[in-house]
Amino acid sequence: MTAMGWLIMFISVGTVTTLLVWCIYKVLTTPEETEHIHGFEQETPDAETRD
Amino acid sequence: MTSERFYDRTGPKVTQFARIFFFWHVLASIILFCGMSDSKKESWNSRVGVILAVAGSAVGLGNFLRFHGQAAEYGGGAFMIAYFLAFLLIGLPICWAEWTMGRFGGQAGFNSCPGIFNYITRKPAFKYLGVIGVLVPVIIYMYYVYIEAWCLGYAVNFLSGNMDFSTIEESSDFWKVFIGYGEDGSALGFGLKQVGFYLILVFVLNFFLIYRGISKGIELFCKYAMPTLIVLAIIILFRVLTLGTPDPAMPERNVSNGLGFMWNPVKHVVEIKDEVGNWVLDHETVDAEKLAGETLSAEADANTRVRRIGMVEQLLNPQLWLAAAGQIFFSLSVGFGVIITYSSYMSKEDDVVLSGLAATSANEFCEVALGGLITLPAAVTFLGVAGVAGMGTFGLGFNVLPMVFANMAFGEFFGFLFFFLLFLAAVTSSLSMLQPGIAFLEEALKINRKQSVALLGLVTALGCGFVVYFSKDVKALDTMDFWVGTFLIFVLSTIQIIIFGWVLGIEKGFKLAHQGAAVRIPRVFKFIMKYVSPLFLLIIFSLWVAANVFGINLRTGESEYSSYVRDLFIEPNTVAWLSVSLIAVVAALFVFIIAQNAEYKKLKKEENT
Repeated sequence: MTAMGWLIMFISVGTVTTLLVWCIYKVLTTPEETEHIHGFEQETPDAETRD
Repeated sequence: MTSERFYDRTGPKVTQFARIFFFWHVLASIILFCGMSDSKKESWNSRVGVILAVAGSAVGLGNFLRFHGQAAEYGGGAFMIAYFLAFLLIGLPICWAEWTMGRFGGQAGFNSCPGIFNYITRKPAFKYLGVIGVLVPVIIYMYYVYIEAWCLGYAVNFLSGNMDFSTIEESSDFWKVFIGYGEDGSALGFGLKQVGFYLILVFVLNFFLIYRGISKGIELFCKYAMPTLIVLAIIILFRVLTLGTPDPAMPERNVSNGLGFMWNPVKHVVEIKDEVGNWVLDHETVDAEKLAGETLSAEADANTRVRRIGMVEQLLNPQLWLAAAGQIFFSLSVGFGVIITYSSYMSKEDDVVLSGLAATSANEFCEVALGGLITLPAAVTFLGVAGVAGMGTFGLGFNVLPMVFANMAFGEFFGFLFFFLLFLAAVTSSLSMLQPGIAFLEEALKINRKQSVALLGLVTALGCGFVVYFSKDVKALDTMDFWVGTFLIFVLSTIQIIIFGWVLGIEKGFKLAHQGAAVRIPRVFKFIMKYVSPLFLLIIFSLWVAANVFGINLRTGESEYSSYVRDLFIEPNTVAWLSVSLIAVVAALFVFIIAQNAEYKKLKKEENT
């Protein structure tokens, strides 16, 4: 692989890895939203028994 | 049973029909049994669960079997520029639009694409356009589950030691027998080396999980499957990157050249003159030493030349942009009708911006950082550039890679791991294809989940039986994938981004997206989502139709109708016509159901009063 190939590979892999790590960090460090979402109270049509 | 008996002119038809009937009978019994159970409340349990479910929907076979082939064909560096641009201009915008519209429609009690479109636009025509959002996942499921069964079957056969191939031809022959490529009706054998048994297993597994509901089925499975998938991929990646040069007699076949074939921004191709004096491609060369030798030889031969194709020249090729946009499109599962349904089960203050970004980033990581470093480098390391160049998704995945694993130390183990990884990726995707249909039937017919699971099970079992029966040349699968799995996805994505930017309105759309958002969408995306994304999509869609329907070569301008058009109108093919008819029948069924639904009409009436 050429030097440019290595560079493009590292930039591409690094970009998507950094983005994923940042997203995981943000998801795990925003407790108020996470806890809030845990409380999905919305009932889907599945919750109803229709005969 | 001898092969003559099995392929007897009348015998096999009766046998296969009996098998198909038995398969449906067993499946219907299981579904009806499930339907008799008590109903339970269900919903998403956590944000991580939603993200993993959406990421699981997006991460599929394309991440590990399609992406790198596209990147290698168009020169890694140039392709990645177009790929990341397409990600920013259509991937992320449509994704955010789907998440936002889904949650908005869900607040009004609508979970299906027709219901959500009807609610947002208040225009009757849009509820019928929304049918595409149900049709696409339901039809794709019919053939996707068949491919999913191949993955499971390959994993089991690697464990059983049945994949000891010494040539590509042996590997290819195994695949053809396994999937029934040679003759219609020959796919439903139930031996270890035939797909029938695995098909029933994966079909039942999917419906078992979907029956368990959103949190106890989809979410729970994805919570375990997605991390497992990533761990498996990292193990295989480590193995591939440490392969070195397996055959000292062929030093050019090594990992470095495998990576170079995919990532090098500049390509070197050897061309030779044909009889009329035109230069035609002979092969591509990656290895530096080999290239130097070929350059010297070419200088001494007037009929041979080594041509350097730089990044700029590749970026000027419209096919590259089409390939990059198409890959982003299909990879992120935008325009499938899945995300809009999944997000409809969220509440008003739940974050959609970060969740959407997290799910897409997980998909991109699996595609670029894992899939991009595993499949092609492994194949080139054992077979060389010439052995893998031009291989399609199925050819690379089910002919080349089994051969590669068969020649690798501990190949049976790593072959099993790889195909089990593909199987997990496929299950998380196929599960997501069922939920839009379930949501639509519940909403439009006012039935509960058990009844909708049973009904959808019947429809998809019939469709899947059709695809599997007409297995010769995978004609049914290929036709349905083209018209639904590609064409209609473009159409639905275009409709979605237009509804978000122009019907709902970009200001209102952004306001809705930011309700409960953990991060903010940069303001520049207002302009992108309103003007750039629809325009970019329309251009790409037009190019796609020109290239793939009318068969126009975008570089030379020459044209010849594609095989899909020829199969329908020029040299009519019965299976192609039956496949299109099946799609039309399912679409008509959904349209009829919508037309009978009083709730959609009431919505319009309320607005008028």
